[in-house]
Amino acid sequence: MIRSVMVINTQGKPRLAKFYEFQPAEKQQELIRSVYGVLSSRAENVSNFVDAESIFGPDTRLVYKHFATLYFVFVFDSSENELAMLDLIQVFVETLDKCFKNVCELDVVLNYSKMHTVLDEIIFGGQVLETSSTEVMKAVEEISRLEAASNAISLVPKSVSSWRSR
Amino acid sequence: MEQLKTIGRELAMGSQGGFGQSKEFLDLVKSIGEARSKAEEERIVLLEIETLKRRLSEPEIPKRKMKEYIIRLVYVEMLGHDGSFAYIHAVKMTHDDNLLLKRTGYLAVSLFLSDDHDLIILIVNTIQKDLRSDNYLVVCAALNAVCKLINDETVPAVLPQVVDLLAHPKEAVRKKAIMALHRFYQKSPSSVSHLVSNFRKRLCDNDPGVMGATLWPLFDLITIDVNSYKDLVVSFVSILKQVAERRLPKAYDYHQLPAPFIQIRLLKILALLGSGDKQSSESMYMVVSDIFRKSESTSNIGNAVLYECICCVSSIYPNPKLLEQAAQVISRFLKSDSHNLKYMGIDALGRLIKISPEIAEQHQLAVIDCLEDPDDTLKRKTFELLYKMTKSSNVEVIVDRMIDYMISINDNHYKTYIASRCVELAEKFAPSNQWFIQTMNKVFEHAGDLVNVKVAHNLMKLIAEGFGEDDDTADSQLRSSAVESYLRIIGEPKLPSVFLQVICWVLGEYGTADGKYSASYITGKLCDVAEAYSNDESVKAYAVTAIMKIYAFEISAQRKVEILPECQSLVEELSASHSTDLQQRAYELQAVISLDAPAVESIMPLDASCEDIEIDKNLSFLNGYVQEALEKGAQPYIPENERSGVLDVSNFGNQDHHEALTHSLKFEAYDLPKPVVSSRVPPAAVASSTELVPVPEPSYAREIRQPASSPSVSDAGSLELKLRLDGVQKKWGRPTYSSSASPSSNSSSSTSHNTTNGVTQVDSVGTSNSKARDTYDSKRPQVEISQEKQKLASSLFGGSSKTEKRPSSTNHKASKVGSHASEKSQAPKAAVVHTEVNHEPVPDLLDLGDSTSSALSVDPFKQLEGLLDQTDVASNVNHGTAKTPDFMGLYADTSVSGLSSSFGDLLPTNRDEFNLTSELSSATRTAQGGVTQINKGPNPKDALEKDSRVRQMGVTPTRPNPNLFRDLLG
Repeated sequence: MIRSVMVINTQGKPRLAKFYEFQPAEKQQELIRSVYGVLSSRAENVSNFVDAESIFGPDTRLVYKHFATLYFVFVFDSSENELAMLDLIQVFVETLDKCFKNVCELDVVLNYSKMHTVLDEIIFGGQVLETSSTEVMKAVEEISRLEAASNAISLVPKSVSSWRSR
Repeated sequence: MEQLKTIGRELAMGSQGGFGQSKEFLDLVKSIGEARSKAEEERIVLLEIETLKRRLSEPEIPKRKMKEYIIRLVYVEMLGHDGSFAYIHAVKMTHDDNLLLKRTGYLAVSLFLSDDHDLIILIVNTIQKDLRSDNYLVVCAALNAVCKLINDETVPAVLPQVVDLLAHPKEAVRKKAIMALHRFYQKSPSSVSHLVSNFRKRLCDNDPGVMGATLWPLFDLITIDVNSYKDLVVSFVSILKQVAERRLPKAYDYHQLPAPFIQIRLLKILALLGSGDKQSSESMYMVVSDIFRKSESTSNIGNAVLYECICCVSSIYPNPKLLEQAAQVISRFLKSDSHNLKYMGIDALGRLIKISPEIAEQHQLAVIDCLEDPDDTLKRKTFELLYKMTKSSNVEVIVDRMIDYMISINDNHYKTYIASRCVELAEKFAPSNQWFIQTMNKVFEHAGDLVNVKVAHNLMKLIAEGFGEDDDTADSQLRSSAVESYLRIIGEPKLPSVFLQVICWVLGEYGTADGKYSASYITGKLCDVAEAYSNDESVKAYAVTAIMKIYAFEISAQRKVEILPECQSLVEELSASHSTDLQQRAYELQAVISLDAPAVESIMPLDASCEDIEIDKNLSFLNGYVQEALEKGAQPYIPENERSGVLDVSNFGNQDHHEALTHSLKFEAYDLPKPVVSSRVPPAAVASSTELVPVPEPSYAREIRQPASSPSVSDAGSLELKLRLDGVQKKWGRPTYSSSASPSSNSSSSTSHNTTNGVTQVDSVGTSNSKARDTYDSKRPQVEISQEKQKLASSLFGGSSKTEKRPSSTNHKASKVGSHASEKSQAPKAAVVHTEVNHEPVPDLLDLGDSTSSALSVDPFKQLEGLLDQTDVASNVNHGTAKTPDFMGLYADTSVSGLSSSFGDLLPTNRDEFNLTSELSSATRTAQGGVTQINKGPNPKDALEKDSRVRQMGVTPTRPNPNLFRDLLG
């Protein structure tokens, strides 16, 4: 099971944090800080895996990937495969890239809720839901469309009345 | 310029529809981003919280604004600030009909609330309604929240709706419903146990995605109870086969691999089901071998599947062909430049060596490279591997390495871990007592406070009991060497407390035993310790008691005791100590010194720390005295619990009251029933009193309840230990077909730490086997490798016998052709080829379509073999002389039948023949090199294609794309 997904920038600021098992806010901060501490001390050409048991407790592994100013971090247990998780990060980033056309840190911050929408279509309750970024994009677009429609419906009476009153 | 960029972003943001944020939020993000210090950031966030509080308390907030506030709050909370004041608004938002608002509400509550938060009760109703909604997005949003917010109390409230969703027309919903059920199962297995059959049913879902989703819960279920799912082996195998043969829709392909995540999950399940089950395993061989061939190793995910195959192969009933394939993949992993693949290779190697221990030797240099790699993760993984392959021939090198690494790191968690590993290995494999003591000293010196106290006690016990049961001289040698080493160390500054305790105890017990050191010398040292660590009471206590022992031994040996002045002052200081324990020890010391020799000898016998002290619990030695008193007319003693019984006779009817009374009076912990019964028997053997006073019924009933409660308490205590043992078991594999004696010695030693003797004996069998193996494996010439590495390799893998190695290197001097790397890879290759020749003289092939019908009666590998290395076979048929295939056949036979334990014995007798084989293979190396060169290595065309594909996506898997994050890179 995937325990947590984090996006941290190179200054150690969290950009996205999702824990699939509840953690109180202070604990979350502590975890993010320790993860950042480990990641920032790692050299360039080393493996993407980190021994996470000292941070997250027994039977946990951590895989991360460094993109420009951001670290993407997945924490999971032994029922998952490290290389596969590394690819899942790739799927996540690819999808974001498609979503925002050349994604950058600002996109990640400003579209906080969309980030969550994308992530929820990839990982559901700690399990891998979808690994094809095309499929994820389809789902996310569908959600945007229906949300917009739902908005439009609620706005119609107002706009119609204002149009009439003109 | 910076600002312009940001403005551009903002404009772009506005065009993105529903996800755009207001200017305020942008400002917030920007100001936080520009904050110079943590304090400044804090200030900004607190200001924001104030603003939000004020805004949220305004009446009639427009919904759009509300959504914005909630998002800002989520952001603020992510930065670590408390946003609980607005949770209720998030909860309210989930009630909204507008999809956007509802989803935002669900997002916020699932991030804010724990599953036992008070507000959950307000959401459950909404969730129930939403799960029945006809808008599938509403259903999905609710399912998402359910995973996070529902606990075992609230599961029943939503369970019916979620189960209904298993038949939802949309596959995305079915999939999520399965996963939600799985989550319920993880959180409270009992509440969904009656629904487990649903997972089986959904395995046959029309949609592959839904089928894939059921694999996760099934994996969990199978982990717990393998046997009830054996019937699914056939289904899993056929699903895996279909997936591997690309029968799934194209949409499930990922990097040109068919549904790799499903493959991985299935392989994990098969690994569980096939473990220790020959019949099930046999039905898997074909499909696993198929995947080995089909998964390309150019992509990351392909390697993930290959790695999972290795895990599966090492878990199921061993099959030599599959092991061979696995070994090839491992060597490819280890030779890769990627640290990730090396890591996986080391991990896979650790899994495989328990089945075929000889494979490690092929990769000795790769392993050593990994050990010396600057990457900590890789290093630790390698230590894990070394731990698994430790035997008494290489324990010294491995433990030395571990200790060196332990000293170099600061991570206390890992330090503790590796220290315990060192201790464990040293206890298990120590080649000599001297070495053992030295190793333990090092461990204690550098990680003393992190080591479990038990380890210290074990060490003392070992020194006291000695290693050889009969050999007294060896024991006393051990002790005096321990004493000597401790006297050397004792002067060093800042030793850990636990270590000092051990030192004090050993010096007290054995400091003067061999007569080498005088009592005053030892006591002087002990006084120094007590003085230097004057704020550590337990060290002082150990020191004082040690001094007392020394003096007691002196007195009983009829020698004159001279008490050192510093010792005198120490005793005086301690007898006025705040700690009663120290006071008592000091007074005891003074009392013992003033006694005469015979008395001292009976109180403090020499070297009696291991003698059992017999305790007469019945106090029978007092019988005479009691009898005398009774005759003089004294009242017989009535035990306390029976006294209350007497009381009870007076108010007979009030049983309940009595029970309450005994409850309130019982302060001590509940014991097991047995000692309680014995305590009820009057110590002074006054049988009449028990007959007269009946045992009160209620207290008896309570006693009966005790066994139920007390074991559970002790279970909880030992749970951790048990769990850890399980982990060890897992790493070492279930007690399956592992050949050499080393796993068996592990299991025996994990059950009992004290029987070091038995363990070392078992192990010596293992070493004799492995040494035989070592001799031929070290024959591989290693010219280009640095002297130091070679030495390390030989000590790690090849045992310590140098005489055996020398002739082997001369043996091969003639055949040092080509680069070292290619030679290494060829040696095993050649072996494969030979076996194949033997197994299948006619390399004509059966077509794949035929083989899918899976004729299980025939070994599927024989059919597939020819496909593997057809060219190799062709080029090598003529090399198989009469003698070698014979031997190889023998080798193959033994491992096929799973009796690889006899393999070790077999080898030495056939060693000459084997030399022949290896020479033959080395002769063919040059010829073969060409063939494999073509087969191996990345195909340039593939690589180009992949590169262009990657470029199209705008994301590179390995390094940051220049396009990506361009605006921030500047």
